[in-house]
Amino acid sequence: MLADFIETIVKILVVVVVLLTGFAYMTWFERRVIARLQVRIGPNRVGPEGLLQPLADGVKLFFKEDIIPAEADKALYLLAPMLAVVPSLLAAAVLPFGPDVTLFGRTIHLYIADINIALLYFLGLGSLGVYSVVLAGWASNNKYALLGGLRASAQMISYELAMGLSVLAVVMLTGSFSLVDIVEAQAGGRWFVLMQPLAFIIFVITMLAETKRAPFDLPEAEQELVAGFHTEYSGMKFALFYMGEYIGMIVISGVAVSLFLGGWQGPFAEQIPLLGVLYFFLKVAVFMFFFVWMRATLPRLRYDRLMQLGWKVLLPLSLANVVVTALAVVARDTGFFGLLG
Amino acid sequence: MTLEQGIFILASLLMLGSALAMVTARSMFVAALWMIGTFAGVAVLFILLNAGFLGIVQILIYIGAIAVLILFAIMLTPDVMGLKPGPRYTGQWPLAAVMASTLAAVIVLLLVRAGNDWHIADAAPNVTDFAVQLGEAFMTTYLLPFEVASGVLLVALIGALVIVRDE
Repeated sequence: MLADFIETIVKILVVVVVLLTGFAYMTWFERRVIARLQVRIGPNRVGPEGLLQPLADGVKLFFKEDIIPAEADKALYLLAPMLAVVPSLLAAAVLPFGPDVTLFGRTIHLYIADINIALLYFLGLGSLGVYSVVLAGWASNNKYALLGGLRASAQMISYELAMGLSVLAVVMLTGSFSLVDIVEAQAGGRWFVLMQPLAFIIFVITMLAETKRAPFDLPEAEQELVAGFHTEYSGMKFALFYMGEYIGMIVISGVAVSLFLGGWQGPFAEQIPLLGVLYFFLKVAVFMFFFVWMRATLPRLRYDRLMQLGWKVLLPLSLANVVVTALAVVARDTGFFGLLG
Repeated sequence: MTLEQGIFILASLLMLGSALAMVTARSMFVAALWMIGTFAGVAVLFILLNAGFLGIVQILIYIGAIAVLILFAIMLTPDVMGLKPGPRYTGQWPLAAVMASTLAAVIVLLLVRAGNDWHIADAAPNVTDFAVQLGEAFMTTYLLPFEVASGVLLVALIGALVIVRDE
């Protein structure tokens, strides 16, 4: 009992530290890669190859003056940045990042919690992410912030639907909401991206929209809204919004990898568990590069186009995908193909 | 006091406190935010009753969708978002008082009848796969109410479209 408790605490600590470090180095990675894509050099002065830049940025943000606008709603103004980080961190609890490990005679599962409604839990926390943006926009008492908050809530609600429906196709194939079961169902290279390419594409598009990343970064479009919902924020509160965004990106990539790319599965992952962890991180890293790549490549969508894409393209497509998958699953379970053959 | 009772009391306090703050808040936006506290308390109660699925759905639908839509509607309505807070009492307060006291009377009656027989019931006793059983119940025993509910929602949706649409 006590050992289980300690095990869970250690796992939580490791996951949180990895996510926070991942966030810090993701900012460095993004700046370097975008610089390269734009034929610049990027931050390379602080430490070798600029590797200490995130530390320097962190220290700088700690010493920045913390400004609360005079007319702001103080309680909500403080609450919003916290709400940006907490749901992203909580969502990481259901990610399986490796096969079972045997250490000192104990079998250790490389996930914090395997709940049977893990995917719903993830979607539920994702829907809470809207609040940080709405509250920040409203509490700042600034018209740009409010406009950014409004846009964000409309965008996130619209794309959540298509995301939930695209995930549903995978759930129907495995018959489980648990990410651990879903990863295990993809053993032997039977990745769901092969069976559900449409769901995968829809999920990738909606995950860009849910994390408010380019080309869906309208809530913070700098050319028209200054900085959108976080215009009035400074110092560590400002940094918390970034932390929430980047941790959200890492976690949602982890979910995408578990749903469609076999999670930690790969050659010899069962025999050498550490290899599985490595596969998982490599796959997530590919997604992180994709996020940066898209930002450097695609121009921002116009607002009405964004809504059109969400409601008139992605939602019908994902609904059709759910119907077709349902028919296929019924045909598989009732042996329809067997009758034909 | 067991852990369950402690959580129950905390969740109830959260619900009742937020509900009270909601009805006394003078700004519509703040009232809507307090309502989210009540929703969160309900989600905790569902999870406490072993119905984790319903708890998550409560968060997903009520907190994640309905409350956001309400906030959205309030933010887009300039009259409500205006600087001056609304009146604390409207002409409807006698009616509201009658309704509230009737409800209170019913609850008190139930409490008196229950006597000392208090215990936390399982919403889903001894069910390993709650979501599966719920899905099966929707598709078999409760198919008609389920479909009627979705029909009602569709009618509301189309009705809203008809009202909003310019001729």
